[in-house]
This record gives sequence, structure tokens and C-alpha cells, in this order.
Amino acid sequence: MSKKIKMSDEDYPTTGHDWDGIREYDKPMPRWWLYTFYLTIIFAFGYMIAYPAIPLLKGATPGLLKFSSRGEVQQHIDTVNAQNAEIEAKLLATPLESISADVDLARFATAGGGAVFLTYCAQCHGAGAQGAKGYPNLQDDDWLWGGDLEAIATTVRHGIRNDTDEDTRYSEMPKFGEILESEEITQVAEYVLQISGQDHDGSLATSGKAVFEENCAACHGETALGDREQGAPNLADALWLYGSDRDTITQTITNSRFGVMPAWQTRITDAQIKQVTFYVHQLGGGE
Amino acid sequence: MSLFRHHKKVETNATLLLVLSLGVVAIGGAVEIAPLFYLENTIEKVEGMRPYTPLELEGRNIYVREGCYVCHSQMIRPLRDEVERYGHYSLAVESIYDHPFQWGSKRTGPDLARVGARYSDEWHVDHLTDPRSVVPESIMPTYGFLKKTALKPDSIQAVLIANSRVGVPYTDEMIENAAADMEVQVDPDGDWEEMVARYPKAQVRNFDGQEKLTEMDALVAYLQMLGTLVDFSTFQPSASR
Repeated sequence: MSKKIKMSDEDYPTTGHDWDGIREYDKPMPRWWLYTFYLTIIFAFGYMIAYPAIPLLKGATPGLLKFSSRGEVQQHIDTVNAQNAEIEAKLLATPLESISADVDLARFATAGGGAVFLTYCAQCHGAGAQGAKGYPNLQDDDWLWGGDLEAIATTVRHGIRNDTDEDTRYSEMPKFGEILESEEITQVAEYVLQISGQDHDGSLATSGKAVFEENCAACHGETALGDREQGAPNLADALWLYGSDRDTITQTITNSRFGVMPAWQTRITDAQIKQVTFYVHQLGGGE
Repeated sequence: MSLFRHHKKVETNATLLLVLSLGVVAIGGAVEIAPLFYLENTIEKVEGMRPYTPLELEGRNIYVREGCYVCHSQMIRPLRDEVERYGHYSLAVESIYDHPFQWGSKRTGPDLARVGARYSDEWHVDHLTDPRSVVPESIMPTYGFLKKTALKPDSIQAVLIANSRVGVPYTDEMIENAAADMEVQVDPDGDWEEMVARYPKAQVRNFDGQEKLTEMDALVAYLQMLGTLVDFSTFQPSASR
């Protein structure tokens, strides 16, 4: 390399190319640039030796650091699991009813359950558990299959009307459009409007009462207060899963409803089931 | 400046330049192409993968046609947050019957690699018809027209043949019964046993809740199958990946 003296343009050699008197200087690259370039080459070789790099017949060279992206994710998961191991073991050992008595445990269950809820449940039940048409609100105290801790845990574990789980909660409302005359459906719809305290046609409702007692009372009860054993909703209150207007009720009677919930025990751990059960229970409607 | 002198020799001799250029391209080509011949070795053996049923395959075609991959990926990366949200990280073998694969490169919506069995059929129909009715913050377009578009099973055989030509192991029996298999998958009262024997773990349901076979049936059948095939209880990840 040249000495540290400032050279004039004439002092540099040319490449020897000459195009009609135009010549090209052959000046050295800036040294900082050149050395950085050499460093990157050295780094590349180091990287190639340290990490998986060269593809061979059966996979790549493993590299001296034995890095694997799968190993890394497993390590991250293990680290977090190890941090939670103690309190998670305690959660698993504690019956659902006793969780709230332990402040730390309750906090752990609520926070973890909230995360589980947002990951798996919010798409149907809403981010705030407010529900949507066809997907129950979990904040109120109106429960289809029961709202105590055990009942919620069973629902989460086995789902509802889920044909992949043997212990799933199951009931099936008949399509009364195939059983009743359309006249009878009109009558019983008026009766349902009456018992739920809405505007209705009195005379139709009176004849609808008989239709109700014959066809609906077996599941929804004589007084239409519902039956949790069968997930039959209370029809005498103001809370409706699919809608309370005349058209919707008529449609529900005619075509029935068949709400399905996945069985989560195959997807989430026992500890997560306990967490999300506790979370849902403490939202406000838990019994 | 000896390098420059040689350079001049090459640059002023067209034949030499051509021969040496070919040499350089050949080396580069060998380095990039040779590993592709050993691609099979990099795909792990798992239990449970099977070609798509005709209905699922049709659903996949609708998925591609509607450009779902523009906003949804099907590739769970080996990162803790993704594994905890979506499930086990994706394996190469899970895309083995995809032509083309649907890994995607952008997630405006969530990853769908393991969306199967996660929601009810009714939810999928509601959500595809009006996403905001179940997820208020969603910006997904509506696809309610799928429910009104009847699906004709007469062209599915050709789709199976096309897939078998690019390497999907559809048997003659599968191809022969393609149209019937497609129709029976939405008919729980039909004779679906043979179809399920051909395609293990196939789900037989009326996916869209309507009598006729529609594109909605096909798309929901496809979505409900995604990620449900591989049996991870028997899967041992190789440590070097």
C-alpha cells in the first residue's frame, strides 16, 4: 500500500486503456471499505463453520454451535414452562372451587385463562365474552348447560354437539317444520312471544299453549324455564341466543338450531382448561 | 496488476470468454440445482398425511381462486409465540400434496395451517358470509356468494388427474370415484364408508347446512381439514433442523 502522502492525480497509474485519448485511473479502493470487505469474507467462513450451512445428501452440515431452530423454540417453551412449573403444579393439584381462595393462584388462573380465551374462544364468544348471534354471552348468568365451575370445565373439555368427542354435551332439537303444520308453528311462536313478555296475538297464543305442551315442554319444561341437562334454553326470559323477534323464533322452530362447540381437551392442556374455566367463571355470571 | 493482464486476455478473446462464462454458470447451477435432487431426504416421515379428498381439493381451488393466501399464511414458524397460538410448527411434509403450496408471505389475517376443527362449521359459514358478525374488528371481505354457488362434481375428476400428473398419489380407484366421493362427503346419511377408507380421517358432514352442494361446502371442508392429518403423538422431530 502507498505511503501516507497526498498524491496528485498524475501520481496514480492508469489501467492502460486508452479510448481516443481518454484514460482510466487505477486508484486503490478506500482502505476502510476494503478491510470491511475482507472482514465480511472472514465472517462468512466463520458463520459457515458455526451454523448449519452446506447441504449434504441427508440434511445440512450441523455447525459447531449445534444450533437448530426447532431446538431453540423448544428451549424457549421449556424456559417458560419451567418458570411456571411450580404454580402450574399447584393449580393442577387445587380443586376448581378452591382456586379463588389463593390470591396468587387466582391471579395466575385469570391471566392465563384470559390468554387462552383470546386465543381460542374469542372468535366465537367475542373478545369480551359478550357473544354474538348463535354464540352465547358468557358474562351473564344465563347458562345453557350450567354455569358452575365443573359444568364450565366439562363444556370446555368436551365441547357441545361435537362428534369427535364421546363425552360431548349433546341434544338435538327436531326440525318442527317437518312435524307440525305451519299453522301450529305460527301459534306456538305467538305463545313463545307471550311467555317471554313480548307483543303477541292473544288468541293464537292460547292455541299455541297446547302445541307447546305437547311438543316443546318435554325439553324446555312446562313453564318454559329450560333444562340444563339438555341444553334447552329458558324461553321465558329476555335473553335470546338467536333473536327474539317473530321471524327468528318461527325460523328456529321450523329449522331448529344446532350450535356446535369444539372439544378443547385435545388442543389445550389440563392446566389451560382450568385457567380458562376460572377466567370465564369470574367474568360475572359464574355460579 | 497481473490480474488485469489476464482479464484483458479473456475480454479480448470471445471464445475463451464464452467457455469460461459457461464454467462459472455451471458451478453456480450445480450448487443451486444439485440439492433439489435430494429434496426427498429433507422431508420427514410422519403418519397421517394423505391426498385431499375431492371435496377438500375443490375447496382448496376455491381458496386459491379467491386469493385467501394474499392475507392468510399456512406456515407456522418455529417460534414460541406462533407455536403457542397456532399449534405445532409446520412440517415440510404437510405441504407435500399442495400444488402450489399455500405458505403465503403475509398475515393480514391469522395463520390457517391448523385452523381445522378449531371452530364449528356454522362459525365458518357465518364468518365467511359476514366476518363482522362474529369478529367485529375483522377487515376480511365477505364471501357469502359461495353459499349460493352450486358445485358441480363433473369436473373434479380432471382436477384429480392433473394433480396425479404432478405427483400426488391418487389411485385409479380415487380418480374413478372422484365425483361420487365429492358428493358423499356432504351426506352423512349416504354410503361414505368407502370414501373414508380411501381418505382416512375425512370428515363427513353437511358443512354449509344447506341441502345442495355448494362452494361453501367445499371451502369449509377444506378449512376444517387443515392441520388435522398428521399424528403428532408419533412424531419425533429431528434435532438438526
